[in-house]
Amino acid sequence: MNINVTLIAQIIAFVTLLWFVNRVLWNPMNDLLTARQKRIADGLAAAEKGKHELELSEKRAKEHLVEAKSQAAEILAQAERRGSDIVEEAKEKARTEAERLVIAAKADIEQEANRAKEQLRGKVASVAAAGAGRILGREVDEKAHADLMKDLVGQI
Amino acid sequence: MSGSSDGGGTVAYIQHHLTNLCVGDCDPVTHKAAGFWALHVDTVFFSVALGVLMIVVSHRLGQNLVTGTPGGFQNFVEMIIDFVSGQVKDTFPGHNPIIAPLALTIFVWVWLMNFMDLIPVDLLPLIASGVLGIEYLKVVPTTDLNTTMAMSLTVFALILYYNFKVKGAAGYLKMFLFHPFGKFFVPVNIVMTVIEELAKPLSLGLRLFGNLFAGELVFLLIALIGGTMAVGLGALIWFPLQVVLDLGWLIFHLLVITLQAFIFMVLTIVYLAMAHTEDH
Repeated sequence: MNINVTLIAQIIAFVTLLWFVNRVLWNPMNDLLTARQKRIADGLAAAEKGKHELELSEKRAKEHLVEAKSQAAEILAQAERRGSDIVEEAKEKARTEAERLVIAAKADIEQEANRAKEQLRGKVASVAAAGAGRILGREVDEKAHADLMKDLVGQI
Repeated sequence: MSGSSDGGGTVAYIQHHLTNLCVGDCDPVTHKAAGFWALHVDTVFFSVALGVLMIVVSHRLGQNLVTGTPGGFQNFVEMIIDFVSGQVKDTFPGHNPIIAPLALTIFVWVWLMNFMDLIPVDLLPLIASGVLGIEYLKVVPTTDLNTTMAMSLTVFALILYYNFKVKGAAGYLKMFLFHPFGKFFVPVNIVMTVIEELAKPLSLGLRLFGNLFAGELVFLLIALIGGTMAVGLGALIWFPLQVVLDLGWLIFHLLVITLQAFIFMVLTIVYLAMAHTEDH
């Protein structure tokens, strides 16, 4: 007879082995594999998040750059404006200065002319006196005729 | 004549190899089991020894599991477990925590028991008779119908249990009455379904037994080529032939034992999946 009590022994062995495998091999390994799966999933999620954050910060950096550029342009425009203002101011100053100088020069010239006139008057008086002396043949005393001379000079 | 004595020797050799180490209700002449109360000690010993090996190795592996990057052996075990749970996920609907460990146990245990077939046929019996004085030893547990039927009947018990649990007694009975030909062929349906259900454990157990028994027999026949057939100068021809044939059959059989273990596992999953599905 082929089937005998060995069958029952083997059934017991099989069920016992099943129980042990479930306990010793399957459950720990399954837990391990599940834990690893979770770890990998977490890692991938973290990587995804990092990538997202990188994208965000890149975007932010670009925005910053654009802002900085516009700011720089504004500052440049301001500086230009200010520069032209300064130039304008300087021009104005130069003009007033020039005017002032011209006025001063004119005054100087007038003064000089006056002084020259005065000198000339004096010279003319002495020349006139000398000429009159020659004409009269004698020396005209300038002191004696000072009043006359003065009067003459005043007429010039 | 020499031919008949050779034939007698051959038969005796094969017979001897296919006889279990029987304890209990055994025939004193043939040493075969004579009644139900006969225990095949060798079958039980080798299957339990392989089971213990599985447990010990698993336990030692379990002591130093690595979550991060597993090394060689853990990787190998993970590969097997991944393979088995992949099969379960592909075939089995829903979730039942017993299916995957069951499939894993069957796959690994059956493979290990089948693997005993690849150990040279005369080696272990020779050691047993020479060192331990054991006359009869059948090494491969799966060439014993008791082992394969034990597994298939356990699976069958689970099939029945889950049929009752999932479909209920009424639902299971309905399957017998109205499957596969509808309500007008109830008697035919009963016969068909009973045969179908009974064929599951029978085919499961007999397929494994048949394949491994045949494989063992071929190994024995190949062993005979260089054994009883080769006498004197004939050995020069027969011995190399034996080596070549043995190697060829060994390589082929390595595929067979894996395939058989795989088939047993997959069919177990499929049958239990069928037990879990409401509509048939």
